Amino acid sequence: MANKHFLEIKDLSIHYKTDSGLVKAVNNLSLNLDKGESLGLVGETGAGKTTTALGIMNLIPDPPGIIASGEIFLEGENILMLNRQEMRKLRGNKISMVFQDPMTSLNPVMSVGKQIAESIQIHEKLSKVEAEKRAVDVLEMVGIPGERFNEYPHQFSGGMRQRVVIAIALACKPDLLIADEPTTALDVTIQAQVLDLISNLKREQNTSMILITHDLGVVAEVCEKVAIMYAGELVEYGTLDDIYNHTKHPYSIGLFASIPNIYSEEKRLTLIPGLMPDPTDLPEGCSFCSRCNRAVEQCKVHNPALVETDPGHFVRCIHYEEGGAL
Amino acid sequence: MSRRKRASIGTSSSHSGYWANAWGRLKKNKSAIVSLILLILMILVAIFAKYVSPYPYDLQNPAEAYQSPSAQHWLGTDNFGRDILSRIIYGGRISLFVGFFSIFFAIIVGGILGAVAGYYAGKIDNILMRTMDILMAIPGLLLAITLAAAFEPGLRNVIIAIGVAEVPFYARILRSSVLSLKEQEFIEAARCIGASDKRIILKHIIPNCLAPIIVQSTLGMAGAILSVASLSFLGLGIQPPTPEWGSMLSNARQHILNYPHMVVFPGLAIMLTIFVLNILGDGLRDALDPRLKD
Repeated sequence: MANKHFLEIKDLSIHYKTDSGLVKAVNNLSLNLDKGESLGLVGETGAGKTTTALGIMNLIPDPPGIIASGEIFLEGENILMLNRQEMRKLRGNKISMVFQDPMTSLNPVMSVGKQIAESIQIHEKLSKVEAEKRAVDVLEMVGIPGERFNEYPHQFSGGMRQRVVIAIALACKPDLLIADEPTTALDVTIQAQVLDLISNLKREQNTSMILITHDLGVVAEVCEKVAIMYAGELVEYGTLDDIYNHTKHPYSIGLFASIPNIYSEEKRLTLIPGLMPDPTDLPEGCSFCSRCNRAVEQCKVHNPALVETDPGHFVRCIHYEEGGAL
Repeated sequence: MSRRKRASIGTSSSHSGYWANAWGRLKKNKSAIVSLILLILMILVAIFAKYVSPYPYDLQNPAEAYQSPSAQHWLGTDNFGRDILSRIIYGGRISLFVGFFSIFFAIIVGGILGAVAGYYAGKIDNILMRTMDILMAIPGLLLAITLAAAFEPGLRNVIIAIGVAEVPFYARILRSSVLSLKEQEFIEAARCIGASDKRIILKHIIPNCLAPIIVQSTLGMAGAILSVASLSFLGLGIQPPTPEWGSMLSNARQHILNYPHMVVFPGLAIMLTIFVLNILGDGLRDALDPRLKD
């Protein structure tokens, strides 16, 4: 079958070899993304979201990380097969990444302008002066006056720094932007600004985006597709409408239930009891079964497959599997 | 003059921000500027020793031996009647030259080894750093003495002997800086825009560990000047009649009770140089770190 999607991840498994055992960070993850689409990747801490992102960048720290299996196709090309040099050409140019903490993701002793120009210089055959001229434009595109080109990261506020990080990521007009919790370190008003900025620029440049977040509200605002991860697996995957209005997986239902609702007055939020299983020792069956309120005996031994319940809406739960114990 | 200077700094700040900013911060530090001026003065005097010194350094005049400071001989004369001021001026050439180049040698060699060890980690790191540990286990001066004794004494071999003894310090500093830096997010971010290893080391890691290296190198230069003085004092360094501060001290020590000026002035020259280098090193550390707010 031809790869008709812009980004296609097939059966991706990423493991870390540590002293305490094999950490199965990502297990058999499959995703598709079309040009211009945004996908929200949601899950709790340690669910494997960032590892997935680094996998797409082919930047899994090795050792201890290994891509155990799977393929990642970008425009039909398996990027895991590329050599280091070809991969470097891709990074920053076709795929770029925005990091979580703008305080640490900028080089403290390099002016912000130079950092933006660097990415342009690496990928385009431009002179230093031309690259810096382009960098000023990019800086202004994210709403920072060009005069601040020569200033250093410590002279900017957190929100401004995140704009700079976004400017670096978008300097070469990438086709795919991976935003790893871009707003987690920012306060709420700045969060809204940064999200607006990202979605506007994304629309202008027709960039596809993977937005990694804990925040279901952010996803609802920016993304068309949502993937919910749990213990390195996709548990539910579909359009915004599928996930928010036709939630199927017990974990997703639990996530939504734990968000405060302004329409109902509740003293306590609902929570999902228990903790995520140890990734070095994942259960044989469904990894969510020990916390699931709909778990049946069979869940402990049988890990269900991701099944398509409606067109484009995938769920990994025994209750939706054909012949499952519904 | 001062206006022109300011104007030129103004324009350069819009081009090369980092160094212009560092210079701006250094200017505010009075003691560092005084030290810098003194150091430049010393270097100029050393370069133009031929024109500055009142007498040739090896002009012996037994009739004027052991003279105390006077109008003819500002810092007096030594046991051969040689002018001490002239000898100090010429001696500065050797001390500064050796100090600078031995540290330069140590930074280049130690820096490359340390950066490679820290960045690539693993086996390379182990091999390199254990070698450095072996070097470090031998006291620096002893190593320099051994090397100086193994080769024939002379300027180049003194530089190498002192430089080799300093290499492990720079390797260690760079390695530890690199180890902590490479885990930082901005290095990962640089990798994410497609920067090569070479670019990451040169553009992102090295500038971030410049501050400790500059401080260590100014201190190290002071140490190197002391080492060359010690080597010469022991007769393994610069050979007479070439004047060198350490050998002057060594030569004068028999006369310390009767003619203390013979010891005091070369000693003061060593002390002043080291003092100036230390103050300047401190000032540079503050100036080179743009994270320090003005």
